[in-house]
Amino acid sequence: MMNKLIFGRYIPGDSIIHKLDPRAKLVASFYFIGVIFIANTWQSYLFAGLFTLGCVLLSKISLGFFLRGVRPLIWLILFTVALQMFFTTGGVVYWSWWIFTLTQYGVMNGIFIFCRFILIIFMSTLLTLTTAPLELSDAIEYLLRPLKVLHFPVHEISLMLSIALRFVPTLMDETEKIMNAQRARGVDFGEGNLIQKMKAVIPLLIPLFVSSFNRAEDLATAMEARGYNGGEGRTKYRKLDWHLRDTLTIVVFAVFTVGLVLLRK
Amino acid sequence: MDSIINLQDITFTYDIDTPRPALSEVSLEIKRGEWVAIIGHNGSGKSTLAKTINGLLLPQSGSIQVGNMDLNEGNIWDIRKMVGMVFQNPDNQFVGSTVEDDVAFGMENQGIPREEMLVRVADALEQVRMSDFKTREPARLSGGQKQRVAIAGVVALRPDIIILDEATSMLDPEGREEVIATIKKIKEQSNLTVLSITHDIDEAANANRVLVMKEGRLIDEGTPEKIFSAGPKLVELGLDLPFPEKLKAALKARGIPVPAEYLTEEGMVDWLWTSVLNK
Repeated sequence: MMNKLIFGRYIPGDSIIHKLDPRAKLVASFYFIGVIFIANTWQSYLFAGLFTLGCVLLSKISLGFFLRGVRPLIWLILFTVALQMFFTTGGVVYWSWWIFTLTQYGVMNGIFIFCRFILIIFMSTLLTLTTAPLELSDAIEYLLRPLKVLHFPVHEISLMLSIALRFVPTLMDETEKIMNAQRARGVDFGEGNLIQKMKAVIPLLIPLFVSSFNRAEDLATAMEARGYNGGEGRTKYRKLDWHLRDTLTIVVFAVFTVGLVLLRK
Repeated sequence: MDSIINLQDITFTYDIDTPRPALSEVSLEIKRGEWVAIIGHNGSGKSTLAKTINGLLLPQSGSIQVGNMDLNEGNIWDIRKMVGMVFQNPDNQFVGSTVEDDVAFGMENQGIPREEMLVRVADALEQVRMSDFKTREPARLSGGQKQRVAIAGVVALRPDIIILDEATSMLDPEGREEVIATIKKIKEQSNLTVLSITHDIDEAANANRVLVMKEGRLIDEGTPEKIFSAGPKLVELGLDLPFPEKLKAALKARGIPVPAEYLTEEGMVDWLWTSVLNK
């Protein structure tokens, strides 16, 4: 069940996109999500689409992965598109029934929203597919650093983030083990009505919580024994390197914005 | 040889309301470069004892000296620099997201510059033969490999003392042997003091000295030969017998006279072939 989720999956590789500094990638994809709202003509969407396709091709990851990323969200996308199509008024009316009207603007808006969704999903999937979770957490820590001025606990948050990421597979394994152990004792997961289903989760959830508490205690002891004494006076083993290609990425995105603005109506 | 750990009349109670303290009036001295094993049944206070040595637990009474420093709130972090600990559960003590990050974690805490860390991480991983796994995540390692990484993390800190708090108890026999062999090698190279807390009788057999704990007290101490020759008494303490002792008991049951003193596996083989030939 967990294998289907493509969000947050990382595919190791050595393409140019893989080698980019995670900070550049993170900033660029957030920037892209913001900037895509500038587009409002079919030319600009075509331009944005080609740009995204170019990025995807550079990553050397097959398109299938990205399409699979879209799949779990397809109903949400179609629902939003339908709302836009049938409830936007203006332009030539093609068809009308009760409160639903299909108009020229409605169709156009629907198509734009569809494109916007797909482009955003492609870009964010590109980020997670080409960046190791650890690199992402390093990037987030770096980008949050200015918040230190406001006494925001940047070190603690990033430590929590990296420990959380490190324990995801461990806890997944454990969940699987507990589920199988409870199945062996006769618990039916995913059977019956909603109430029964929820009740079946209890024998999974409680042991998982208890073991997480024990893990946390063990981990805290081990960290203390290894001299962990808060964020003060620590050095860092991992280092992020900003190269020319990272600056270039930012430049490319700036040029992309100019293009979008020019193609606007 | 000078003493590196010195405990005087340590008493520790987890919960003031419980009648029996986890440790009562424990005194012991460990010399520099010694390998000491502490054995005892579950709940005999072995792990508690280990945690008092680097101040993870503070005893209610008694004094602790580590490397000529009296342990107190002020120098606790200096003492932790001297004492490296490897715990029982390989998963729960793996802090880093990859092998190299985990090895570096302790050094990051001590504020060691990055260039130095790179050298020491490579060196420590080489020593535990985990260099090829440098960028692996913990989820893709076996239990024994994770424990070797934990040892590397300790070794990179260059401590004077390594405490193995049942570090091999969750491993399969193969992983156990690997871990013990690694510790043995490192100990010889850098004159470490090793304190191993264990159920595993074979691990205890590597020690220079064995301490036996029962209900929070040290009840016996001596060389492994001396402790193991007590035979059935070990079973009473909830411990297993070493294999040569089991063999001796089985031979005795079949009416074959056996020597009373403890023999290692090799000694047992020697004794067996000489006694067969002398017949």
